[in-house]
Amino acid sequence: MEKEKAISVKNLVKKFGDFVANDNLTFDVYKGEIFGFLGANGAGKTTTLKILCGLSKPTSGQINVAGFNVYTETNKIKNNIGYMSQKFSLYEDLTVYENIRFYGGIYGLKLKDIRKRADELIQKLGLTNVRNELLSSIPLGWKQKLAFSVAIFHHPKIVFLDEPTGGVDPVTRREFWDMIYDAAEEEITVIVTTHYMDEAEYCNRVCIMVDGRIEAIDTPAQLIKNQNATNMNDVFIQLARKEKIK
Amino acid sequence: MNFVEINNIAKSYGSHKALQETSFSVKKGELFGVIGPDGAGKTTLFRILTTLLLADSGSANIAEFDVLKDYKKIRQIVGYMPGRFSLYQDLTVEENLAFFATIFGTTIKENYELIKDIYVQIEPFKDRQAGKLSGGMKQKLALSCALIHKPEILILDEPTTGVDAVSRKEFWDLLRKFKNMGITIIVSTPYMDEASLCDRVALIQQGKIMQINTPDNIINNYKPILFEIHSNNMHDLLIKLRKYHNNSNVFLFGQTVHYSSINEISKDDLKMYLKNNGHANVEINVCTPTIEDCFLWLMKQNN
Repeated sequence: MEKEKAISVKNLVKKFGDFVANDNLTFDVYKGEIFGFLGANGAGKTTTLKILCGLSKPTSGQINVAGFNVYTETNKIKNNIGYMSQKFSLYEDLTVYENIRFYGGIYGLKLKDIRKRADELIQKLGLTNVRNELLSSIPLGWKQKLAFSVAIFHHPKIVFLDEPTGGVDPVTRREFWDMIYDAAEEEITVIVTTHYMDEAEYCNRVCIMVDGRIEAIDTPAQLIKNQNATNMNDVFIQLARKEKIK
Repeated sequence: MNFVEINNIAKSYGSHKALQETSFSVKKGELFGVIGPDGAGKTTLFRILTTLLLADSGSANIAEFDVLKDYKKIRQIVGYMPGRFSLYQDLTVEENLAFFATIFGTTIKENYELIKDIYVQIEPFKDRQAGKLSGGMKQKLALSCALIHKPEILILDEPTTGVDAVSRKEFWDLLRKFKNMGITIIVSTPYMDEASLCDRVALIQQGKIMQINTPDNIINNYKPILFEIHSNNMHDLLIKLRKYHNNSNVFLFGQTVHYSSINEISKDDLKMYLKNNGHANVEINVCTPTIEDCFLWLMKQNN
C-alpha cells in the first residue's frame, strides 16, 4: 500500500525578479513523518516553507498541502496546519492561559472546548502555577514548549517548526524533541528546520537544500552512508560546502 | 598576564538574579568562550564588561582600566558585537563601516588589512542598505564594524546564533586568525560543540558559572560512566533506559542515546535488562564525553 502523502511538491519554482529562490523542487512528505529541512542561510528554505504554509504563491509547479492546492485553497491550508518559530510564537503581554485561548479562538474552537483543553494542556506542561502570569515572565524553555503545544492545539494535519530550539538549553532541547515524537505518533506530520545537526538525526527523513535546489533527500542513516561520513554535521558540511567552492 | 579581570560581579533585574557573583580572568591573546543557553546571563556579563550596564556589586577591568572609572578608555580598546543586529539599517554597508571608523577617529583605509578577508565577501553589496542584507552578511558587516578601529579585545555576543553549520565553521576560522594576530577574544555561544574551538571556556547556566577550564580538562573532569547505546527503536530505548537506574542521565545524542551514571553500571547487566525489555539488538559502548555531556551533568548537579 502506498503511504499517504501529507505534502506533494512537483517542479516547484519560485522567482523573485531574476533571482531563482526555489529551482524546480520535487519531493513528498508522508503522513506522520518527521521531515527535516536543512540548508545554509539563503539556500531557499524559508521561501519553500512560506509557499507550503500558503503565505506566498509559487511561480510554477504543482503543490498540494494536506490535500489542498496552494494556488486556490490557501485558507483551507491555513486551517489545517500549525506554525511555530523561535522568532514569532506567542504574545509576551498575554498570560499563559490567554495565549492558549487566543489561538484556540483563531482556529475556531468553541470556548467550552478551549477551556477544557487549555486546563489539560497547562497541567500536562506543568504550568499550573504560572497559568495567569504574563508570558514575558516565564523562562524561554517553557515558552518554547507552550508555543509548540499551541501550534498543535487545533489538531492540525501538519505542523511547521522553523528553528524551534534555537538558544534553548540542552535538556529542554531534548524534551522538545520528545514532544515532537509524541505529535508524530498522533499522526501529525512535522516539518522542522534546525541548525543543530544532531537534531537532523532525529528526523525520519531529511532534505538538504543548496542554492535553491535539493542537494540530497533521504533518511539520516542513508545520507551518512552515501557521504561516507560519521554524522549529519559532516554530511551537511560536505554537501553545503561543495557548492561554495564552485 | 591577565588582560581582563572580573571580581564578584553580580546583577539582578528586580527579583530576578541575572548574574550571580562571578569571578574569572582572561589572559592577553586568549580566545575565551562563554557557553550557555538563552537566559544564562551571558549578555548581562558582556554588557557590564563593555561599560553599557552597571553591575550591582563587584568590579571588573580590562587592560587595567576599570569599567566604571575608565569607561571611555575601555570603549576605545573594545570591539563589541551585540547579539541583536544593531547597525544602522538605513545606511549602506559602506556608510555603516565609514561611520564606525569615523567615530573612533580612524578611516576604513587605515585598518583595511584587518577586515579585508571578511569585507571582500560583502563588498559587492557595499551600496545596499544594511537592513536589506541576509543574516550571514549582516553578521560579517557587524564584525567588520567591530574591528575597524583595531581593538585590543573583541567581545562577541552570540555571533553564530541562527547561522548554518558551514558559516559557523568559517566564522570560527576567522576568530582563530584574529587570535593569532594577538587580539584577545571573549565570545559567547549556545552551541556546545563550539567550546572545543576555544582556549578556555566558562559553562554558564541560570546566572551561575558551573565550571571554567580548557575544553580538554572539562572533559577530563567528567566523573560519571558514559555509555553510547543504539537500538532499532530509539524512542522506546529512551523510555526503558530512564527506568533502569536512579541518578542517571539519559539523553538522545544524534543516532545514539548517551547513558551516564555515577553508579557502577555493568555493561552486561544493562544489555540483559534491555534484551528482557524488547531490545534484542543493542550496541553498548563506553564513550568519551562531549562538552554537551559535561554541561548536562553539571546542570543535573546544580539542580
